[in-house]
Amino acid sequence: MEKRVTFKGWLLPVCLIAPQVFISAVFFFYPAAQAVWQSLFIPDPFGLSKQFVGLGNFEFLLTDRFYRASFLTTAIFSVLVTLVSMIPALFLAVLADRLIKGAGVYRTLLIWPYAVAPAVAGVLWLFMFNTRVGVVSWYLGQLGYDWNHVLNGGEAMGLVVVASAWGRISYNFLFFFAALQSVPKSVIEAAAIDGARFWRRFFTIVLPLLSPTTFFLLVVNVVYSFFETFGVIHTITSGGPQQSTTILVYKVFSDGFVGQDLGSSSAQSVILLIVVGLLTVVQFKYIERRVHY
Amino acid sequence: MATVTLKNVKKSFGPTDVIHGIDVEIADGEFIVIVGPSGCGKSTLLRMVAGLETVTAGDIHIGDDRANDKEPMDRDIAMVFQNYALYPHMSVAQNMGYGLKIAGLPKDQIDAKVGEAARLLQLEALLDRKPRQLSGGQRQRVAMGRAIVREPSVFLFDEPLSNLDAKLRVQMRLEIKELQSKLGVTALYVTHDQVEAMTMADRMIVMNGGVAEQIGTPLEVYESPRTLFAAQFIGSPAMNVLDAEIKDGSVRLGGVKIAPTDAADGKVKLGIRPEHLKPDPSGPIDMEVQLSEPLGANTLLHGRLRGSEEPFTASLPGVHRTSIGSHQMLKLKVASEDIHLFDPQTGTRY
Ligand SMILES: Nc1ncnc2c1ncn2[C@@H]1O[C@H](COP(=O)(O)OP(=O)(O)OP(=O)(O)O)[C@@H](O)[C@H]1O
Ligand SMILES: [Mg+2]
Repeated sequence: MEKRVTFKGWLLPVCLIAPQVFISAVFFFYPAAQAVWQSLFIPDPFGLSKQFVGLGNFEFLLTDRFYRASFLTTAIFSVLVTLVSMIPALFLAVLADRLIKGAGVYRTLLIWPYAVAPAVAGVLWLFMFNTRVGVVSWYLGQLGYDWNHVLNGGEAMGLVVVASAWGRISYNFLFFFAALQSVPKSVIEAAAIDGARFWRRFFTIVLPLLSPTTFFLLVVNVVYSFFETFGVIHTITSGGPQQSTTILVYKVFSDGFVGQDLGSSSAQSVILLIVVGLLTVVQFKYIERRVHY
Repeated sequence: MATVTLKNVKKSFGPTDVIHGIDVEIADGEFIVIVGPSGCGKSTLLRMVAGLETVTAGDIHIGDDRANDKEPMDRDIAMVFQNYALYPHMSVAQNMGYGLKIAGLPKDQIDAKVGEAARLLQLEALLDRKPRQLSGGQRQRVAMGRAIVREPSVFLFDEPLSNLDAKLRVQMRLEIKELQSKLGVTALYVTHDQVEAMTMADRMIVMNGGVAEQIGTPLEVYESPRTLFAAQFIGSPAMNVLDAEIKDGSVRLGGVKIAPTDAADGKVKLGIRPEHLKPDPSGPIDMEVQLSEPLGANTLLHGRLRGSEEPFTASLPGVHRTSIGSHQMLKLKVASEDIHLFDPQTGTRY
């Protein structure tokens, strides 16, 4: 049964939802409408006038080689960020859950990276992997590996993925840890008596019971990898080399603010909006159905 | 099928000693009930047999093997938990077949065994349901089914009926007992309900504060409780325990002779079960009735002894509509074979 609160008049409910509606209007609906509107024009190079082109911007984008490449880059990037931030988080949570003493200390230490702002995290990793002065790249050099993410697109991708996922591990860890603690102890014991050893129990009992948490984190992390990794990419690679780390959001920025092509940039944000909307619908429709037991 | 032997088994959680050394030999196929008040260590004892808690000292043998260091899965036991501990994401059939699947049995054999257990427990119609779609009693049965499909040597039950309503509890009590004797599997059954203990046990272990106060058949414990605790815990309503005195070969309450005895003179605790009291106009016990509870088959009378503040209860057969009301005096007697004498210092039986 769902509990509903019923109000007598309309004034109080309106007052209660007004702030939320106001914020959504100012920061979402208005800019979104602006983006849709602007995506139908091409401004002149000085920004003084604009020319209506209908869906011309979209047509151009969808046939643009660079834009399609950016789609693929985004897919790879967000899959990697999600995996790299969720799997180690789950593993650490399992280890912390097994601890009886000191779990609190362990947990506190693991939360710290989450407090580091994305851009700062980016700079941190940039210093460590700097081709000339970085600690890690120096050690890699000693081992005979020539690290250069400024020239090597794969290495650049690896670096932005790790830098983006790093702080998220803390966040995911917290959720996984809480979920693990709420798995009933007696269910685990029953499985132990039934003959399942630790990892068998983990995969057949614990993991399925974690699935609501896993699903939630999946959605949240995909959205994160799309929208909140801008700072990391901007500080580490600025989308390079040769656009190999230019994800869709970064391209909106670089085409719009750097390239001053506001029409195309707006069209890209509209496409992005649609993509994320579709992704979320798919996730909820097909995956969520399987996670409730 | 196996014997279970506990030799001076002890358990401490850090500095707190919870089980102070328990010895018992359980025969093959025997139904043992561990009964005692909350927190006395029943679950802890059972979990040590299951291998879910380590044994601090002493030995546990299941069959011929020392089991102390064996994993739960290697002990050939099955356990039914108080909250059933079903796997919430699996169907009833999967729940029951999980252990067999892990043991690597082929699917058709698993299906056959699960089917058989389901028939035995009348769960056939529910095999495809998830635990959340079952009633408490049905979940209980699934938990039983999961225990029996693996054909263990020992069943362990930790208060399996405490979440059921009174009527279902009586029914399941019989079913569990029947199933156990049909399968001939040794069983250890934990409960805090003395009625369950009396009705189900071949032998019971009466526990208190981590100590086995008495180990014996229900009738042994009822008829000759070895300690004051066992005397008061088993039997309903609880036994009356009074300060009494032995002088000149008889037990005396406030100087009045109650029954003859050959125990030595001195102070004693006198125990009398309420159902052993009989009305008798010349009886030596003077009771002031304060409250009468008619239960139909018998009537409980609560009050106190004349000239004392000690509560006293009598249970008389049948209905006593008018003859006994509040604040009436009632004279009672008790047969000398029905009195229990305990050492006032140690609480052990004379
Ligand atoms: N993991 C633990 N750590 C410390 N003390 C514990 C632990 N488990 C149980 N105890 C203590 O051991 C004692 C016995 O607990 P146990 O669970 O065996 O009681 P019980 O007889 O089963 O009680 P109940 O009828 O309430 O289930 C209790 O005093 C309890 O506080
Ligand atoms: Mg218990």
